[in-house]
Parts: sequence; C-alpha cells; structure tokens
Amino acid sequence: MSMNNQGRPTGVGTAGTSASGSALLPDEPLLFEIGDTEHSGVDLPEVKLAADRLGGFARKSKLDLAGLTEPEAMRHYVRLSRLNHSIDSGMYPLGSCTMKHNPRLNEKMARLPGFADIHPLQPVSTVQGALELMNQLSYWLMTLTNTAAVALSPKAGAHGELLGMMAIKAAQEAKGEAHRTIVLVPESAHGTNPATAAFLGYTVKPIPARTDGTVDVQAVKDALSPEVAAIMLTNPNTCGLFEPQVIEIAQAVHDAGAFFYCDGANFNAIMGVVRPGDLGIDAMHINLHKTFSTPHGGGGPGAGPVVLSEALAPFAPVPFVRKGTEGLEFVEHIEGNALGRVTAFHGQMGMYVRALTYMLSHGADGLAQAAQDAVLNANYVKARLQHLFSVPFPDYPTMHEALFDDSFLKGTDVTTLDFAKALIDEGFHPMTMYFPLVVHGAMLIEPTESESKQTLDRFCDVMAELATEAKSGNAERFTAAPMKAPRRRLDETRAARQPILKWEQPADLPKAAE
Amino acid sequence: MRYLPHSDHERADMLGVIGASDIDALFSAVPKSALKSFELDLPAHSPEFLVEAHMRALANQNHAAGDGPFFVGAGAYRHHVPATVDHLIQRSEWLTAYTPYQPEISQGTLQMLFEFQTQVAKITGMDVANASLYDGSTGTAEAVLMARRLTRRNKIVLSGGLHPHYRDVVKAYLKDDPHLECLSPSPEGQGDILDHIDSDTAAIVIQTPDFYGHLRNVEAAAEAAHAKGALLIVVITEVVSLGLLEAPGALGADIVVAEGQSIGNALNFGGPYLGLMATKKEFIRQMPGRLCGETVDADGNRGFVLTLSTREQHIRREKATSNICTNSGLCALAFSIHMGLLGEAGFVRLARLNHANAILLADALEGVPGVTVLNKTFFNEMTIRVTQPAAALVERLAQRGILAGVPAGRLLPGDPEVENLIILAATELTTEGDIAALCAALTEELA
Repeated sequence: MSMNNQGRPTGVGTAGTSASGSALLPDEPLLFEIGDTEHSGVDLPEVKLAADRLGGFARKSKLDLAGLTEPEAMRHYVRLSRLNHSIDSGMYPLGSCTMKHNPRLNEKMARLPGFADIHPLQPVSTVQGALELMNQLSYWLMTLTNTAAVALSPKAGAHGELLGMMAIKAAQEAKGEAHRTIVLVPESAHGTNPATAAFLGYTVKPIPARTDGTVDVQAVKDALSPEVAAIMLTNPNTCGLFEPQVIEIAQAVHDAGAFFYCDGANFNAIMGVVRPGDLGIDAMHINLHKTFSTPHGGGGPGAGPVVLSEALAPFAPVPFVRKGTEGLEFVEHIEGNALGRVTAFHGQMGMYVRALTYMLSHGADGLAQAAQDAVLNANYVKARLQHLFSVPFPDYPTMHEALFDDSFLKGTDVTTLDFAKALIDEGFHPMTMYFPLVVHGAMLIEPTESESKQTLDRFCDVMAELATEAKSGNAERFTAAPMKAPRRRLDETRAARQPILKWEQPADLPKAAE
Repeated sequence: MRYLPHSDHERADMLGVIGASDIDALFSAVPKSALKSFELDLPAHSPEFLVEAHMRALANQNHAAGDGPFFVGAGAYRHHVPATVDHLIQRSEWLTAYTPYQPEISQGTLQMLFEFQTQVAKITGMDVANASLYDGSTGTAEAVLMARRLTRRNKIVLSGGLHPHYRDVVKAYLKDDPHLECLSPSPEGQGDILDHIDSDTAAIVIQTPDFYGHLRNVEAAAEAAHAKGALLIVVITEVVSLGLLEAPGALGADIVVAEGQSIGNALNFGGPYLGLMATKKEFIRQMPGRLCGETVDADGNRGFVLTLSTREQHIRREKATSNICTNSGLCALAFSIHMGLLGEAGFVRLARLNHANAILLADALEGVPGVTVLNKTFFNEMTIRVTQPAAALVERLAQRGILAGVPAGRLLPGDPEVENLIILAATELTTEGDIAALCAALTEELA
C-alpha cells in the first residue's frame, strides 16, 4: 500500500474494498474505510416518534458514523487482534507491569448476571451478595497486608495513589499540621508518585538512591523536617530490590510526624510472604490487575484499592461496606470528612470478582508460592545472564524482576532500544526499557510466576545469543529490527509534530461505499 | 497448583543455577522479623469447581437487572450488548495485551484506539478525543483541572443538575477549593447557572440530560460562558442520547466529558466504566490521558503510536498534566465494537427506541394517582414526585420484584426537597409489560 505525505493510504484497498495483506498477516484498513453509514450489525425496530420530548434540541448536525454488519465486524476485529502481542501468545517480561497468566475462570465468574448485570444504585437489599463479595475481598487484602482498613473504590493504581495521599493530607490537616507541604520521593520512584504529590499541592523532594540501588535511612533522616508530610516509597523498589532498611525508614518517618505511603505496584513479589503492615506502612495501593491477575486489556481497566493503617483508617473515602442490623450496609456519604468520594459509584466490581476468584483459587499457600516462584524466576534469569549483561546492583538478590543496564552494549552501535526491537523478531515482547531512570539504559525483566523453566531457558538463550551478536559487531540485525512484526519501526517524532488523532474523509477519494 | 508451572524438582534445579541454598535465601534483604512471621487466617488453594460454587452462591444473592422490570439509571444504564462484542473482547490478543508501549507489535490495540477516538469525536461533534479515562466522574474532575490550565483562571461553577457523585468527585479533586461553586440541585427545571459567570470564571459545567433527566440548553450556556472568556464543559452520563440530541460540539462546547458505559459495557455494579473526553484541536496539549496518533513506519506503511506523551507523568513527573497512567482500553474496545456494529443507522435507531420507550413510561406514570412527572423534556430518564417518602416505596417495590428507579435522596441525603422524588430510566430493553407492572404496583402502593 502506498502512502501520500499525510501518511494516508492511497489507491487500491482503501476506499471500501476488502483488506489488503493475507489473512495470516493482515494489513487491516480502518473501520471507516470498510464501513458504511447504512450498514448495521444490530437489528433494532424502527419507531416513529409522533411528537418527541426533546424540547427543540434534536440533532441537526451529521453523525457520519461508519457501521459494519456482524460478519464484517467479526473479521475486522479478529484481524486487528492478530496484530497484538499478548500474554496468551508469548512471554511478556515487562518489568514493573506484572504480566501474568489470566485464568479464564475469573472471566467466567465476572460475567455471572448476579455480578455483571446489577446496578450500583439498585436497593442495597437486592445486592447483598455483591456487598459480601466486597467484604471478602477487603478481608483478603487487609489480611495479606496486615492493615486496618481498605478503600476499594480507586479505578487504577495511580488513582489509588491519589486517594492514599489524599487520606494522608486529610490526616495531617486533622492533626492541625497543614503546614507540612513536602513529600519525599526517591529518584527510583514511578513517575506517578511525584505527579500525585504535586497534584495535591505538595513540593516534591527527591531522595537519591545509594550505589547499591536502595534508599539510605540516613538520607531519609537528613531530608525529614517538620515540613515533611510523607514519604512515597516503592517496596520492593523499581530496581527489583527489597528495601533492607524499610523498617528503620518507617520508624524515622513516623518519629518525624510524617506518614509512609508505599507504592504497592510490586506486591506480587511478597504476597503471602511479607505483610507491608509489619514494615510500618500507612497506606499502600494494590494493583488488582497486576498482583491478582485481572487482565490488562490493552491498557486498562485497572483497579487500585488502598489499604490503610489505624492512623489513616478514619480518613477512608466513601463508599464502604459495614455490618448493619439487617445484613450488610453501604456507607455512601460521609459526614464531616473532607475526603469524600474519588469516583462515582463503588469502583471496579468486575475486577473485584476476578481478584477474589484468583485469591480463592490460590489460597494463602498458593499466593505465597506464586510470589516465591516469581522471585525464583527473576533470580534464575539474572543468574543465567549476568556473565553477558551488566548488573547495576549486584549486592542483593533481586526480587520479582531482574535489572540490567546497557553498559554491555558500549562500543557496539546498538542502543538499548535496538536491542529490545531485536527481541521482537525472536518472538518475545521486549522488557521494560529506560526505566528505572536511576540506571543508564535500564532493561527491567519481570518473568512472573507464570513462566515455566523451559520458556525461561529459551528466553535466556535468545538473550545470550543477541548479546553475543551485538558484541560481535552485527549492528544491522538490531538497527533494522523489527523485521518480522506487523510494522517496522514507527516514526514517533512525526506523530508528535503533526498530530493526526482521528480519521478524516480524504478529500480526493470518494466516500466509502457511496 | 494449576496456575504455577514448576515442579519441586525444577525449583531445586533453578536454585542450584542461582547458587542459593533455598528460596528464603532470595529474600535475604527482608528483615528477619518480617519474613513469613505470621499465620494467615485465609483458606488454602481450592479446585476450580469449589471456587466456582462459592462465587455463584454470592452472585445468586443479588437481584440481577434481567430478573424483572427494571428502571434504574442515574448515571449507569442497562442496554443490550450484542453477543459479538463480548466474544471479541475476550479474544486473548485483546484481553491479555498490555499498554501498547511497543507499537510494532501492538497495532491492533493502537488502530482500535484511533478508531475509538474518531467515533467519540464524531458523536460529540468535537475535533479530537483521547483514548479514554477511568469513567465519566473522574473525567469531569480532569476537565475542570484542564479548564483551569487553559484559562489560568480559578473559578469553577458546577450546575445543580450535575450528577451528585460527579460533583463530589470534583470536590475531592479540588480539595474543597473556595473557588469551586456548586449550585443547588433544581429538580423542577432549568437552573440559573448563567448568572454565576464572571471574568474570573475558568469554566462552567453543565450536564445534559441532567441528573433529573431534563435537557439543558447547551448553546445558551456556551454563549454566556464565552462572553466572559470562560469555557463550557458539557457532561453526558447517557451517551446514547447523542444519537438523537444535537452534538455539544456543534453548540459551542469546549470540552465534552461522557460516561461511555451505555455502549458495549455491562452495568457491573458501577465499574469498570469508560470515561470519554473530547475537546477542540487547540486544547490537545492540555488534555489529560493517552492519545493515539497516526504515523508511518520505516517502510512508509501507515501505523499508529501513542503520542504527545510529553504531557504525561512518565516524562514530566511532577509537572505532568495529570497523574493518570492508564486508560480503560478494554472498555473502549467494547464501546468501539458496539458503536461499529450500530453505525449511524443503528445508533440513531437505538436512541429513538430509548426515547420512545421513555415517552411510554412518562405517559403511563402520569396516569398513576399520586405520581407527578416533573419533566417537560427528557431523553430516556425522568423524575417523578410521589406522595410519600421515595426510599421506602422503592424498597417495597423491590420486594415485589420491581426495581423502580433511584430515590433522589440516596444521592442527596438530608435534602427534604428531594425526599419524595424517584428518578426512572427506560431503555430499549424496557417493555410495555414492565411499564404496566410498575404502574400497577405503584398504584397499589400509593393507594
């Protein structure tokens, strides 16, 4: 297919004809190029509106929405789906993202009408099973973390982070300490941490990492002052390391009158093995979509419940479930608490169902085994590759992700990005690159507990072969990669400089199927 | 354990390669006092059939919307989702993919997002849309913050017709900022938001159809806002209404936020839902959330990437436009497939069907002694006043198997003015039999 200078297809196969490419390597036109405003895949009765009640606000402008019949839609979306890598089609070792197996039982349960077909505002007496489910999920989360309360409603990890920090802010204000305006954030933190703190009006004060990749309790003590409201620490951290001084850090933070927010994105490494409450955390979000296997769906939806310590429990937002005289009650409004509500309705019920199903399937023993296997797998990858790749922080065993830097590529004309793209040609989704920021050319590999030894061995063999090849001077294999993907390297600069964010009818082409 | 691939023998082999004596050696950085220092009061792993039985028992304690006449709306709507939608979104390559960080092997998700953005822009009548936000309520809060960045002004005025939960979310995001003005709900009709715009106003927020189902005059609001240099944010909780109502973009809206759940997504007890946001071209760099853009690859073929990420937290950290680092990808896919199946013809028909059923409902309710329909205009939702407290009445109807709507007091507790109000919605799934059953039960209960 040829392209004009707007990056639009020209010529055959673009104006309502069938897809180019073969069924096995589809080159799928846009919905608007194959659809038609008169096609529909839904049969609905036509109704005559003798007199509408729209008060003169009826639509006059054109919708111009392309439609597909059911077979056309089926083929369009099946063909598009084939252009995606997914955890079910191959290893997805994205560090800090936890791409683990998604059991289909979870999907089946989430689709039971008693969960999927209930309305958030139907009478509470008619949804007692849903409240009981929320209650059980809360119990699991509080037990696994040894915390006093949980707020289920946040819609994603970063949303939970926002809520947790809101609770901290509210608690500081309730203590008459609104003057605490600084939040300490280690340099290795997820980008959402400083963004969240800044969003709430805090000044972000970075804490440098030690040369061994962990946070130094002395650096935290030096940064603490009566103006500090909280520290936001990820544990295990984004270098894949458990913070060995976390208990001392928590103690120092509490002694200074501040709170300890823990980014729980990496809870997969320690669930059932270490309880964050025992470490002194005050608030921690838990990404249900990572740790408890609710599928990522190409970027969401997530779910980010926040567990809270005794000190923060009174500042939990609405809604929450509590035992009442006639079954479970829903508290949907708070009197006199500034925090209120962070989303309409009750949060990601669909994810609660999946997460609880996963928890019951694993049990306490299985969750601990999963965490241990995730850690085992990461250490195995590290052990197999450390002679060829450079390990920036070798002092501690890694947790559930193995971190390498790009110093092994020095003098090869191959960049970290090139290396990652070469992995695509070998059938693997690349690892996380250029994160964490504290390491130059970081490569963060998270195999998770889902990968068998056989898959790990194949991955390590490929990684080793690529490293050897890069060092031998064959840069072309890397700089030209990927060759075997649905697309070669994409021009991201052009996309940002001349944004094309929606399809427009090309002026020089006849309208599709008219 | 069915999800874990290793045998004990393999584990031992791997520990040997690592050079660790046992698994605990890999947790050596954990303080001794915290490692496995507890007994969890939780059950052990369970076979699939027992887990399924447990979950089914919980599900069976709920009254599903499909179990009887159902009129509950107020921000979440029960529509029919074609079987094709749920089948397609469960394909592994959609369901178990991650954020498209490697665009060369994520073109399916990226092209779908580009198509989704186009659909949202078309139905709202705006220049551009993002790749979705968590839901309509958080989207409204983000829109308010976006308007402040764009205008460098502080005052925000929320219409009384805005969904009370949405108002509460904006309040939480703005931390009860004194420049936030929340007008009182006005169940009887148009509010007076236009009198509250001044030269300090960043934006006014109106919802149409509003919380009580009334349609609002978007054009008048846009003119009044623009006359003072303020922006107009239009919120839509029932996106099906756009099949019949004029697009807010055509009437002068600056930012449109909608809850997209109605198309392709089940009720799910409140989530996961789908936030839609669309705006004018000149505002895209202040729009939060992900954006998918078209580009070309090294061979000159059309392809798609996530773009303009310099606004986002993973680049700008504490200077980011928002802390969001996800979208509702799978819900957006469901929306896009359903919208693709509907097409122009189907979307308009669906909207007409909803409106027609709502007219039937309104007319039938008018005939029930003790019921007054407050709406002169509506799309598929309306508010009635009854002669006794609404919450108890709705509860009694529920005991008779009829989910009659939302007592307004559930969302506005302590407001005596709304104590006798019920908000009811009809959709394409509402039958004449449902309406007759509701009216008969209401007649008896109100007698």
